[in-house]
Amino acid sequence: MPTKEEIFEKIRSALVDALGVDEEDVTPQATLVRDLGAESIDFLDIVFRLEKAFNIKIPRGELFPEDILTDARYVQDGKVTELGLAELRKRMPFANLDEFAKNPSVQDFGTLLTVADMCRFVESKVGVTD
Amino acid sequence: MRWYWIDRFLEFESGRYARAVKNVSLAEDYLHDHFPSFPIIPNSLVLEGMAQTGGLLVCEYNHFTEKVVLAKVPKAQFYCHVRPGDTLTYFAKIEYVRSEGAMVSATSHKGDILQAEAEIVFAHLNHPSLGSLFEPETFLRMMRLLSAFEIGHAADGSPLRPPPELIKAAEKASPAT
Repeated sequence: MPTKEEIFEKIRSALVDALGVDEEDVTPQATLVRDLGAESIDFLDIVFRLEKAFNIKIPRGELFPEDILTDARYVQDGKVTELGLAELRKRMPFANLDEFAKNPSVQDFGTLLTVADMCRFVESKVGVTD
Repeated sequence: MRWYWIDRFLEFESGRYARAVKNVSLAEDYLHDHFPSFPIIPNSLVLEGMAQTGGLLVCEYNHFTEKVVLAKVPKAQFYCHVRPGDTLTYFAKIEYVRSEGAMVSATSHKGDILQAEAEIVFAHLNHPSLGSLFEPETFLRMMRLLSAFEIGHAADGSPLRPPPELIKAAEKASPAT
Protein backbone atom coordinates (compact mmCIF):
# COMPACT_ATOMS: atom_id res chain seq x y z
CA MET A 1 0.00 0.00 0.00
CA PRO A 2 1.45 3.42 -0.89
CA THR A 3 1.88 6.30 1.52
CA LYS A 4 0.01 9.59 1.17
CA GLU A 5 3.22 11.19 -0.03
CA GLU A 6 3.71 8.57 -2.74
CA ILE A 7 0.13 9.03 -3.92
CA PHE A 8 0.56 12.81 -4.06
CA GLU A 9 3.82 12.48 -6.03
CA LYS A 10 2.22 10.23 -8.63
CA ILE A 11 -0.79 12.51 -8.95
CA ARG A 12 1.49 15.50 -9.32
CA SER A 13 3.39 13.75 -12.09
CA ALA A 14 0.10 12.82 -13.86
CA LEU A 15 -1.10 16.43 -13.67
CA VAL A 16 2.21 17.83 -14.91
CA ASP A 17 2.03 15.51 -17.95
CA ALA A 18 -1.68 16.05 -18.62
CA LEU A 19 -1.86 19.80 -18.08
CA GLY A 20 1.64 20.98 -18.92
CA VAL A 21 1.92 22.80 -15.58
CA ASP A 22 5.04 23.17 -13.45
CA GLU A 23 5.54 20.80 -10.53
CA GLU A 24 5.51 23.62 -7.99
CA ASP A 25 2.06 24.72 -9.19
CA VAL A 26 0.58 21.37 -8.17
CA THR A 27 -0.13 21.94 -4.49
CA PRO A 28 -2.80 20.14 -2.44
CA GLN A 29 -4.90 23.33 -2.33
CA ALA A 30 -4.77 23.98 -6.09
CA THR A 31 -8.07 23.58 -7.92
CA LEU A 32 -7.84 21.67 -11.15
CA VAL A 33 -9.88 24.04 -13.26
CA ARG A 34 -9.23 27.49 -11.80
CA ASP A 35 -5.60 27.13 -10.72
CA LEU A 36 -4.24 24.47 -13.07
CA GLY A 37 -6.33 25.36 -16.13
CA ALA A 38 -7.90 21.95 -16.68
CA GLU A 39 -10.61 21.78 -19.35
CA SER A 40 -13.24 19.09 -19.77
CA ILE A 41 -11.15 16.97 -22.15
CA ASP A 42 -8.29 17.03 -19.63
CA PHE A 43 -10.34 14.96 -17.18
CA LEU A 44 -10.33 12.06 -19.63
CA ASP A 45 -6.56 12.35 -19.93
CA ILE A 46 -6.12 12.66 -16.14
CA VAL A 47 -8.36 9.68 -15.40
CA PHE A 48 -6.35 7.55 -17.81
CA ARG A 49 -3.04 8.59 -16.23
CA LEU A 50 -4.38 7.84 -12.74
CA GLU A 51 -5.62 4.43 -13.86
CA LYS A 52 -2.19 3.66 -15.28
CA ALA A 53 -0.18 5.08 -12.38
CA PHE A 54 -2.17 3.27 -9.69
CA ASN A 55 -3.37 0.25 -11.67
CA ILE A 56 -6.99 1.04 -10.88
CA LYS A 57 -10.23 1.40 -12.84
CA ILE A 58 -12.16 4.66 -12.64
CA PRO A 59 -15.59 4.27 -14.22
CA ARG A 60 -17.08 7.28 -16.01
CA GLY A 61 -18.62 9.73 -13.57
CA GLU A 62 -16.90 8.37 -10.48
CA LEU A 63 -14.34 11.13 -10.04
CA PHE A 64 -16.50 13.81 -11.61
CA PRO A 65 -20.21 12.90 -11.52
CA GLU A 66 -21.31 15.26 -14.29
CA ASP A 67 -24.50 13.23 -14.79
CA ILE A 68 -25.94 14.79 -11.63
CA LEU A 69 -25.56 18.26 -13.13
CA THR A 70 -27.71 17.40 -16.12
CA ASP A 71 -30.36 15.55 -14.15
CA ALA A 72 -33.57 17.57 -13.73
CA ARG A 73 -34.18 15.86 -10.39
CA TYR A 74 -31.07 17.51 -8.95
CA VAL A 75 -30.91 20.89 -10.68
CA GLN A 76 -33.30 23.84 -10.64
CA ASP A 77 -32.72 27.25 -12.21
CA GLY A 78 -29.04 26.54 -12.75
CA LYS A 79 -28.45 25.55 -9.14
CA VAL A 80 -27.97 22.15 -7.56
CA THR A 81 -30.88 21.40 -5.21
CA GLU A 82 -30.61 20.04 -1.63
CA LEU A 83 -31.35 16.61 -3.02
CA GLY A 84 -28.63 17.11 -5.61
CA LEU A 85 -26.14 18.22 -2.97
CA ALA A 86 -26.92 15.14 -0.90
CA GLU A 87 -26.33 12.98 -3.96
CA LEU A 88 -23.06 14.76 -4.71
CA ARG A 89 -21.88 14.24 -1.12
CA LYS A 90 -22.74 10.56 -1.41
CA ARG A 91 -20.93 10.18 -4.73
CA MET A 92 -17.97 12.41 -3.83
CA PRO A 93 -17.04 11.62 -0.22
CA PHE A 94 -13.47 12.63 -1.07
CA ALA A 95 -14.43 16.24 -1.92
CA ASN A 96 -15.17 19.11 0.43
CA LEU A 97 -18.43 20.55 -0.88
CA ASP A 98 -19.10 23.02 1.95
CA GLU A 99 -17.97 26.07 -0.01
CA PHE A 100 -19.86 25.00 -3.14
CA ALA A 101 -23.01 24.38 -1.08
CA LYS A 102 -23.20 28.07 -0.12
CA ASN A 103 -23.99 28.99 -3.73
CA PRO A 104 -24.34 25.71 -5.64
CA SER A 105 -24.35 27.14 -9.14
CA VAL A 106 -23.91 24.37 -11.73
CA GLN A 107 -21.40 26.41 -13.70
CA ASP A 108 -19.13 26.69 -10.64
CA PHE A 109 -19.16 22.98 -9.91
CA GLY A 110 -16.29 22.23 -12.24
CA THR A 111 -14.03 24.63 -10.38
CA LEU A 112 -14.27 23.01 -6.96
CA LEU A 113 -12.16 19.88 -7.31
CA THR A 114 -8.71 20.25 -5.71
CA VAL A 115 -5.54 18.20 -5.91
CA ALA A 116 -6.16 17.16 -2.27
CA ASP A 117 -9.64 15.88 -3.27
CA MET A 118 -8.03 13.86 -5.99
CA CYS A 119 -5.51 12.43 -3.52
CA ARG A 120 -8.34 11.38 -1.18
CA PHE A 121 -10.17 9.83 -4.11
CA VAL A 122 -7.14 7.71 -5.03
CA GLU A 123 -6.49 6.86 -1.37
CA SER A 124 -10.05 5.52 -1.15
CA LYS A 125 -9.38 3.32 -4.20
CA VAL A 126 -5.95 1.91 -3.34
CA GLY A 127 -5.76 2.22 0.45
CA VAL A 128 -3.01 4.12 2.19
CA THR A 129 -0.35 3.61 4.89
CA ASP A 130 1.20 6.23 7.15
CA MET B 1 -6.20 19.41 -51.86
CA ARG B 2 -7.45 16.23 -50.21
CA TRP B 3 -6.93 16.02 -46.47
CA TYR B 4 -4.87 12.83 -46.55
CA TRP B 5 -1.65 13.11 -44.61
CA ILE B 6 -0.67 9.48 -44.88
CA ASP B 7 -0.18 7.62 -48.14
CA ARG B 8 -0.67 4.02 -47.13
CA PHE B 9 -0.86 1.74 -44.14
CA LEU B 10 2.02 -0.71 -43.75
CA GLU B 11 0.55 -2.44 -40.70
CA PHE B 12 -2.87 -2.25 -39.11
CA GLU B 13 -3.46 -4.44 -36.08
CA SER B 14 -6.97 -3.86 -34.83
CA GLY B 15 -7.14 -2.37 -31.34
CA ARG B 16 -3.35 -2.36 -30.96
CA TYR B 17 -1.17 -0.43 -33.37
CA ALA B 18 -0.78 0.83 -36.93
CA ARG B 19 2.13 1.88 -39.08
CA ALA B 20 1.71 4.20 -42.05
CA VAL B 21 3.99 5.80 -44.59
CA LYS B 22 4.07 9.40 -45.82
CA ASN B 23 6.18 10.32 -48.83
CA VAL B 24 6.98 14.01 -49.02
CA SER B 25 7.00 15.42 -52.53
CA LEU B 26 7.90 18.81 -53.92
CA ALA B 27 4.66 18.56 -55.91
CA GLU B 28 2.77 19.35 -52.69
CA ASP B 29 1.68 22.98 -52.90
CA TYR B 30 2.23 24.02 -49.31
CA LEU B 31 5.96 23.25 -49.49
CA HIS B 32 6.40 26.23 -51.81
CA ASP B 33 5.13 28.56 -49.10
CA HIS B 34 6.70 26.77 -46.15
CA PHE B 35 9.18 28.12 -46.89
CA PRO B 36 10.06 29.74 -50.24
CA SER B 37 13.50 28.33 -51.22
CA PHE B 38 13.55 26.19 -48.05
CA PRO B 39 10.77 23.62 -48.30
CA ILE B 40 10.09 21.66 -45.10
CA ILE B 41 6.93 19.93 -43.97
CA PRO B 42 5.24 21.88 -41.13
CA ASN B 43 5.30 20.04 -37.81
CA SER B 44 1.53 20.45 -37.59
CA LEU B 45 1.15 18.25 -40.67
CA VAL B 46 3.43 15.59 -39.23
CA LEU B 47 1.19 15.66 -36.19
CA GLU B 48 -1.87 15.38 -38.44
CA GLY B 49 -0.30 12.33 -40.11
CA MET B 50 0.29 10.68 -36.74
CA ALA B 51 -3.27 11.62 -35.72
CA GLN B 52 -4.73 10.11 -38.91
CA THR B 53 -2.77 6.90 -38.33
CA GLY B 54 -3.99 6.68 -34.72
CA GLY B 55 -7.45 8.11 -35.37
CA LEU B 56 -8.36 5.51 -37.98
CA LEU B 57 -7.04 2.84 -35.63
CA VAL B 58 -9.41 4.09 -32.93
CA CYS B 59 -12.30 4.42 -35.41
CA GLU B 60 -11.81 0.85 -36.60
CA TYR B 61 -11.66 -0.43 -33.04
CA ASN B 62 -15.04 1.26 -32.48
CA HIS B 63 -16.38 -0.28 -35.72
CA PHE B 64 -16.63 3.28 -37.07
CA THR B 65 -19.63 3.94 -34.84
CA GLU B 66 -18.03 6.73 -32.77
CA LYS B 67 -17.28 10.23 -33.99
CA VAL B 68 -13.58 10.33 -33.21
CA VAL B 69 -12.20 13.86 -33.01
CA LEU B 70 -8.68 14.99 -32.18
CA ALA B 71 -9.20 16.77 -28.88
CA LYS B 72 -5.86 17.26 -27.22
CA VAL B 73 -2.13 16.82 -27.72
CA PRO B 74 -0.58 16.48 -24.25
CA LYS B 75 2.88 16.03 -25.73
CA ALA B 76 4.53 16.65 -29.10
CA GLN B 77 8.24 16.89 -29.76
CA PHE B 78 9.94 17.34 -33.10
CA TYR B 79 13.61 16.60 -33.56
CA CYS B 80 14.52 17.38 -37.17
CA HIS B 81 13.30 18.89 -40.45
CA VAL B 82 11.59 16.85 -43.14
CA ARG B 83 12.30 17.82 -46.75
CA PRO B 84 10.91 16.81 -50.16
CA GLY B 85 12.13 13.33 -51.02
CA ASP B 86 12.01 12.16 -47.42
CA THR B 87 9.80 9.29 -46.35
CA LEU B 88 8.21 9.35 -42.91
CA THR B 89 6.94 6.27 -41.15
CA TYR B 90 4.28 6.92 -38.55
CA PHE B 91 3.61 4.45 -35.76
CA ALA B 92 0.57 4.81 -33.51
CA LYS B 93 -0.23 2.60 -30.55
CA ILE B 94 -3.51 2.63 -28.64
CA GLU B 95 -2.84 3.44 -25.00
CA TYR B 96 -6.46 3.31 -23.95
CA VAL B 97 -10.01 3.45 -25.27
CA ARG B 98 -12.92 4.40 -23.03
CA SER B 99 -16.50 5.31 -23.80
CA GLU B 100 -15.55 9.02 -23.67
CA GLY B 101 -12.47 8.84 -25.87
CA ALA B 102 -9.05 7.37 -26.51
CA MET B 103 -5.36 8.11 -26.37
CA VAL B 104 -2.60 6.98 -28.71
CA SER B 105 1.14 7.37 -28.44
CA ALA B 106 2.77 8.00 -31.79
CA THR B 107 6.17 8.36 -33.40
CA SER B 108 7.46 9.59 -36.74
CA HIS B 109 10.68 8.15 -38.15
CA LYS B 110 12.77 9.41 -41.06
CA GLY B 111 14.64 6.24 -41.95
CA ASP B 112 16.10 5.10 -38.63
CA ILE B 113 15.98 8.57 -37.11
CA LEU B 114 13.27 9.45 -34.61
CA GLN B 115 11.81 12.59 -36.18
CA ALA B 116 8.90 13.27 -33.82
CA GLU B 117 6.87 11.75 -31.00
CA ALA B 118 3.51 12.65 -29.54
CA GLU B 119 0.63 11.68 -27.33
CA ILE B 120 -2.77 12.32 -28.90
CA VAL B 121 -6.15 12.28 -27.15
CA PHE B 122 -9.33 11.74 -29.15
CA ALA B 123 -12.83 12.51 -27.92
CA HIS B 124 -15.89 10.51 -28.92
CA LEU B 125 -18.52 13.05 -29.89
CA ASN B 126 -22.13 12.22 -30.39
CA HIS B 127 -23.68 15.45 -31.51
CA PRO B 128 -26.11 15.07 -34.44
CA SER B 129 -24.67 18.12 -36.19
CA LEU B 130 -21.42 16.22 -36.71
CA GLY B 131 -23.12 13.56 -38.80
CA SER B 132 -22.02 14.97 -42.13
CA LEU B 133 -18.38 14.97 -41.05
CA PHE B 134 -18.42 11.24 -40.56
CA GLU B 135 -20.10 9.59 -43.49
CA PRO B 136 -19.62 5.81 -43.63
CA GLU B 137 -18.60 5.86 -47.29
CA THR B 138 -15.83 8.34 -46.44
CA PHE B 139 -14.38 5.95 -43.88
CA LEU B 140 -14.71 3.01 -46.21
CA ARG B 141 -13.06 4.84 -49.11
CA MET B 142 -10.26 6.14 -46.89
CA MET B 143 -9.49 2.75 -45.39
CA ARG B 144 -9.49 1.17 -48.84
CA LEU B 145 -7.35 3.92 -50.39
CA LEU B 146 -4.82 3.49 -47.61
CA SER B 147 -4.69 -0.30 -48.08
CA ALA B 148 -5.80 -0.99 -44.51
CA PHE B 149 -7.89 -3.99 -45.56
CA GLU B 150 -5.03 -5.39 -47.67
CA ILE B 151 -2.50 -5.60 -44.86
CA GLY B 152 -4.53 -5.33 -41.64
CA HIS B 153 -5.48 -7.93 -39.07
CA ALA B 154 -8.43 -8.19 -36.72
CA ALA B 155 -7.86 -8.83 -33.02
CA ASP B 156 -8.03 -12.60 -33.59
CA GLY B 157 -5.33 -12.46 -36.27
CA SER B 158 -7.70 -12.96 -39.20
CA PRO B 159 -7.54 -10.54 -42.15
CA LEU B 160 -9.08 -7.15 -41.41
CA ARG B 161 -12.49 -6.65 -43.01
CA PRO B 162 -14.79 -3.64 -43.02
CA PRO B 163 -17.56 -4.07 -40.45
CA PRO B 164 -20.74 -5.27 -42.23
CA GLU B 165 -22.70 -2.37 -40.76
CA LEU B 166 -20.22 0.08 -42.35
CA ILE B 167 -20.62 -1.52 -45.77
CA LYS B 168 -24.38 -1.51 -45.36
CA ALA B 169 -24.45 2.14 -44.33
CA ALA B 170 -22.10 3.12 -47.16
CA GLU B 171 -24.19 1.24 -49.73
CA LYS B 172 -27.32 2.89 -48.45
CA ALA B 173 -25.78 6.35 -48.68
CA SER B 174 -24.18 5.76 -52.04
CA PRO B 175 -25.30 2.63 -53.96
CA ALA B 176 -22.27 2.76 -56.28
CA THR B 177 -19.68 2.56 -53.41
